[in-house]
Amino acid sequence: MRRKPFPWHITVFLAPAVLIYTTFMIYPMLESLNISLYSTIEDGKQIFVGLGNYIKLLTDPIWKEPFWNAFWNNVVFFIVHMTFQNPIGLFLAVLLAANIRGAWIYRTIIFTPTILSVVLVGFAWKLILSPTWGIWFPILDKLGLSNNEVAIALLGSEQSALITLSLISVWQNVGIPMMLFLAALIRIPTELIEAAQVDGASSWKIFWKIQFPLIIPTVGIVAILTFIGNFNAFDLIYATQGAIAGPNYSTDIMGTFFFRTFFGYQLRPGNPSMGATIAGMMLLIILVGVLIYLFGWQRRIEEVEF
Amino acid sequence: MTGKRYRWIRFVKTGGIHASLMAYSALVLFPILLVFMNSFKDQMAIFGEPLKPPTPETFSVDGYRTLFEIANFGHYFVNSLIVTVVSLLLIVFLGAMAGWALAEYDFKLNTFMTIYLALGIMVPIRLGTVGILKLMAGCGLVNTLTALILVYTAMGLPLSIFILSRFFAQLPPDFKDAARIDGASEYRIFTLVLPLVRPALGTVAAISMIPVWNDLWFPLILAPSEKTKTIVLGAQVFLGQFLNDWQAVLAALSLAMIPAILLYLAFSKQLIRGLTAGAVK
Repeated sequence: MRRKPFPWHITVFLAPAVLIYTTFMIYPMLESLNISLYSTIEDGKQIFVGLGNYIKLLTDPIWKEPFWNAFWNNVVFFIVHMTFQNPIGLFLAVLLAANIRGAWIYRTIIFTPTILSVVLVGFAWKLILSPTWGIWFPILDKLGLSNNEVAIALLGSEQSALITLSLISVWQNVGIPMMLFLAALIRIPTELIEAAQVDGASSWKIFWKIQFPLIIPTVGIVAILTFIGNFNAFDLIYATQGAIAGPNYSTDIMGTFFFRTFFGYQLRPGNPSMGATIAGMMLLIILVGVLIYLFGWQRRIEEVEF
Repeated sequence: MTGKRYRWIRFVKTGGIHASLMAYSALVLFPILLVFMNSFKDQMAIFGEPLKPPTPETFSVDGYRTLFEIANFGHYFVNSLIVTVVSLLLIVFLGAMAGWALAEYDFKLNTFMTIYLALGIMVPIRLGTVGILKLMAGCGLVNTLTALILVYTAMGLPLSIFILSRFFAQLPPDFKDAARIDGASEYRIFTLVLPLVRPALGTVAAISMIPVWNDLWFPLILAPSEKTKTIVLGAQVFLGQFLNDWQAVLAALSLAMIPAILLYLAFSKQLIRGLTAGAVK
């Protein structure tokens, strides 16, 4: 029996991509996890501490407090996206799928903020909401809300800054769920909807009885993408509130906490091993989310389908 | 009678849809137009009448002048362009090669490779930053555009390979078989099929472009020097320093938005096709 020659062409096709991906993504990720298992002692020596850094992050008051603060802020950030961004995206997608003239113009406009840098969007909104500019004062006056505090409070107070920033992020990113939902809605055979219309079903009923059940897989995809994006977010908070995520850390999320710890800020030097530990926790959070999606959500969906 | 009534309902419904979409579009355009409009006004008019477009009396380009005198935006723009173009070429071309291998050939490690490469779609590369900085420092690549290009290529490859391998898998086999019978090498066949997936290549380029062009994280950590600043990092630093010069800040925002919006309008077809995977025509 003749042995098949070694398939060199497969290696040639795969090698460059696999090499770059492994060297600059997988290897640093593993290296980062490895660094998180070491601690630097006074003379700059690295000692192996196992999961010591993780225990420190979760129990030592110096670390515990900012960690849970960032974590819960991130949860709020995610909840705001789930309650506003995704339903609004779905609503817009349903309107766009209704076969109206000029739908592509609306689609193009509504997606525009998504392609802009978060830095620019954050800054533009910061100016617009700034009490210095006071664009809203005439409108607030007309509404009878003459006190400037409303505008000042939006980004300046601990209670509302995080929600305001989350809504700015919603404003920017609503285009993504809109497009994904639109793609799913367009795949629904038109005969199904036309038949229901002939039977006299209202648009409301058509949505809940036909469209929504058929796009449930997309609802799951949008949710997990939102989760990954939110727990990895950084740019918006950094651009508008700086590395210390003010006022008083009320807008600190995992990404800014990671950056501050790893890179240092003001006079505080950076701490690579604790930075790597926070990145490890972020990885864990994202993996838990992905696993819940794959096994808790997608499997159940498949059971319903078959 | 019923026909007339039906048409009337339809008319009201269409009107309602247009009204809702217009209202939302206005919400989207308002902040962008506000920034553009005010960037061409003098300081007095920016604060005095923020909602009015510039008039001959209030027109001013002082903000843009400050910008060109102080910040090196032209240079930042070139850096962004180099990083984005080279990364995209690598993402698309290396992604196509790997995607082709996974779609076309049956080999032992195929499933493993597919899963291994797909990991990068779900796991954000940012989480490896500590390792990436250490590696780049070790290679002497800190503060070089090369570092950014390598990281963005690694970041973009997983999705590129995933999308392109699905397109390659859909190609009819007759064409490839015919070429093989004619004695074409596997490399030659790849160059023959590549033009067949050209729309998919455009799509991959369009969706990979946004996160690369707009990234703040890696320029901030890997290449913050004046020489290697990208336009997003340059804008971020400039905006922070000139917080009180509203004309300059508005001009910087406008100037940084324009290339992104132009690119978007040029590539929106590919981009939308990419996001909706061929469903929107």
